Amino acid sequence: MFGYTLRRLLGIVPVLLILLTVSFFVVRLAPGGPFAAARALPARTRAELKRLYGLDRPLGVQYLDYLDALAHGNLGPSYSMRDDTVAQLIGAGLPVSATLGAAALALGVALGVALGVGAALNPGAVLDRLLTLFAALTLALPSFVTGPLLALAFGLWLHWLPVAGWRPDAPRYLILPAVTLALPLAASLARLMRASLLEVLQASYVRTARARGLGRARVLWHHALRPALVPVVGYLGPAATYLVTGSLVVETVFELPGTGRYLVQGAIDRDYTLVMGMVLVYGLLTLLANLAADLAHAWLDPRVRHEPL
Amino acid sequence: MSSTPPAGELLSAPEGLLSIEALRVRFPGTNAPALEDVSLAVGRGECLGVVGESGAGKSLTFLAAFGLLPAGAEVSGRARLGTTELLGLTERALDRIRGRRVGLVFQDPMSSLTPHLTVGAQVAEVLRRHLGLGARAARTRAGELLERVRLGDAGRRMRQYPHELSGGMRQRVMIAIALACEPQLLIADEPTTALDVTLQAQLLALLAQIKREQHMALVLITHDFGAVAGLADRVAVMRAGRVIESGTAAQVFGAPRETYTRELLRAAGEPPGVPAAPSAPAGAAVLEVSDLEVRFAHGTGLLRRRLFTALESVSLELAGGQALGIVGESGCGKSTLTRAALRLVRARGGRVVWLGRDVSALAPRYLRHLRRDLQLIFQDPLASLDPHLTVERLVGEPLEIHLSALPPAERLARTRSMLERVGLEPALYGRRPHELSGGQCQRVGIARAMILAPRLLVCDEPLSALDVRAQRQIRLLLEELRGEQGTSLLFVSHDLALVRRLCERALVLYRGRMVELGPSAALFERPLHPYTRELIEAIALADPALQPARLAKVALGEPPAPLASPGGCAFRARCPHATAVCAEQRPPWVSAGPGRWVACHHFGQWADGML
Ligand code: SF4
Repeated sequence: MFGYTLRRLLGIVPVLLILLTVSFFVVRLAPGGPFAAARALPARTRAELKRLYGLDRPLGVQYLDYLDALAHGNLGPSYSMRDDTVAQLIGAGLPVSATLGAAALALGVALGVALGVGAALNPGAVLDRLLTLFAALTLALPSFVTGPLLALAFGLWLHWLPVAGWRPDAPRYLILPAVTLALPLAASLARLMRASLLEVLQASYVRTARARGLGRARVLWHHALRPALVPVVGYLGPAATYLVTGSLVVETVFELPGTGRYLVQGAIDRDYTLVMGMVLVYGLLTLLANLAADLAHAWLDPRVRHEPL
Repeated sequence: MSSTPPAGELLSAPEGLLSIEALRVRFPGTNAPALEDVSLAVGRGECLGVVGESGAGKSLTFLAAFGLLPAGAEVSGRARLGTTELLGLTERALDRIRGRRVGLVFQDPMSSLTPHLTVGAQVAEVLRRHLGLGARAARTRAGELLERVRLGDAGRRMRQYPHELSGGMRQRVMIAIALACEPQLLIADEPTTALDVTLQAQLLALLAQIKREQHMALVLITHDFGAVAGLADRVAVMRAGRVIESGTAAQVFGAPRETYTRELLRAAGEPPGVPAAPSAPAGAAVLEVSDLEVRFAHGTGLLRRRLFTALESVSLELAGGQALGIVGESGCGKSTLTRAALRLVRARGGRVVWLGRDVSALAPRYLRHLRRDLQLIFQDPLASLDPHLTVERLVGEPLEIHLSALPPAERLARTRSMLERVGLEPALYGRRPHELSGGQCQRVGIARAMILAPRLLVCDEPLSALDVRAQRQIRLLLEELRGEQGTSLLFVSHDLALVRRLCERALVLYRGRMVELGPSAALFERPLHPYTRELIEAIALADPALQPARLAKVALGEPPAPLASPGGCAFRARCPHATAVCAEQRPPWVSAGPGRWVACHHFGQWADGML
């Protein structure tokens, strides 16, 4: 297992490199440039700036320069927020975004699995029908609708929770954004969990376990649940991608100082280095999430542990 | 002749342990009940064999009695275990009976063990639950139980997961779990189906021994009359959800009342006679294989790639109009041999000659038109047929491909006559494979293969997925077609009795090597190789007068793992006659009488007068 993990970790490097290379050229293909937005700048100053950041050099050279800096742990300066380096910006925003993502993930998984199991145990009963309704609603409404709705209900009417903003020492500010982000995830996972558990409950080994008189609870927890979790865990990769894109919206809606706005703003401002930094961070997170999902799969199912990869 | 036995006939069994009366099961959304008026009884310490074809309701009866049917099934009637009425019992009350007073073993050990729990944990779990043992005591007892069912190397096996065990081993584990709490009754549902003949015999012998020693009652659900003959005191025959006949084993086997029972018995117990097909004067060789060697790579990756030798120096020759059977346990290379001979897998070495033409080095595209004369039919008829095509299209397709010059009317006429020839009703011509029974599918497969009048028909376990009666019909069909068209037959099977009926000659393979070749009748009567003899002894005869005694002689344990070291005789770990030479030198392939060949150092010394 250790060797497998190591090999997979090493395998991340080339994937990231490809991702960075493609992004590097794609952002530069888009019309406009880093200082095009600031119209007030005289042409001479702009040329000066370009030279300063090495943007006047051939693309290939710029690419190699970037990789060289990256290899030394330098993500470069931000073109649009000139007081900060990209690393500083990420360092400031990432804790907020990571906390949000982790909270949403935990909430989504817990809620999704619990709902899915509950629905599968009594298909057609109240809980099962509630799940269908819940899934239809949350999956149909985008988070820029659910977010404000929740803020309206719990913030403006009930005054339980802050409507927006962020204070590092007050987790209350995180609750609504995390719930908004978690709801669609919970709905997808619950549906997956329900279908998968219903299928596992039909499996021959579950019937055999029942035939051994082990009791309903034991059969469910010890024999059926783990195999039923396999598709749920398999969904964690796509879920990570969802969390990354979803957090962009949610951070905007709730005015969180996370990294999401950098990606959007960076792309609008043609802040090449900032965009690349964000691609690196989110790419790495997504790849790690996929690896975690595969490792969890191996833990759930001993049959995949022995397949060399 | 009445179609149901007089009610209560079985209840006269002494000391009734389980009695089922007028059991009826209906599934929601269906009109006809799945079970109707089923009455059965099992006395203490006795064995009831429940036989019938698939779908007859054999398993359903016992699943219903112990509350294991899917929710929604309507069950009525009575089922008593001792003095407890089972139907209508709460899940909780049933859980004190299942696994405790009654052990159940289901077919298909592949999927009946929970994949993510170790074998030891699954045995221990039952002990902790029902007997209240502590973790440590349960583990110790689990180890003892696994030894009791003769699982070799039980200590290590306990820590393994089900997928790391072979099918036979898994079935032993299932039996150990079912026996863990020393139940009064064991219900074994097709416990040996899908296993090799030798493993089948070993497991049945084990069940017989345990039943005797623990004075445990046993219900053996099976379609195999041979298995029943070895164990059952009484037999019930089921068909279409009813018990149509029951009585003592001697009665049912000796003087069956129902025509259906007679038919089943005839299909199962036909005395192995001389092959029915007339041995046409041997024509020119249709297939010659010499020194064939096939290796497969184990695993992937560059470093861990290991080669596994699937076939080693195999040579054979099949003359026109002749039939050759290839026998051995699963993994012996028999399917690989046919595939390599048809050039469907790549051989590493050796020569393959089709109809006098060396094809070993020909590129696949040159083989295509030659393939017309060599057809293959598979074990699983459904999986090998295109699900979208109708029966008529399926059978006519080879003509479209290979004889496209034929006018469509002529093609249709040939297709129709072939369909008729294999006994498919015109009503079936428009159906698709999944709308057919297993036997009908296999007929389609045969018609498809035979429509081109091939010179050679290769059959890979064509009957093992079929019910007894369908098996017999298909076998007879193959015999007839062979007689009419003079097609040569290469017939792969793990069932030596079947090979004997169908083929003049038989080749026995063990772990990719040839161990014996000869006329099948002679091979049967006087096997020269110890492995051949083992195979013959494992055949279950559908005769309750003979089979129990034969079963009593079968070794109970897993066959020892083959020795890894190269050289010497591959069979020596299992061989009762092995000596020092066997470990040092590979036994040569030597002639041993007219048409007979064997690879054993000591064949002459022990074979005489052994059987
Ligand atoms: S060569 Fe030796 S070990 Fe092999 S079958 Fe013959 S007697 Fe047994």
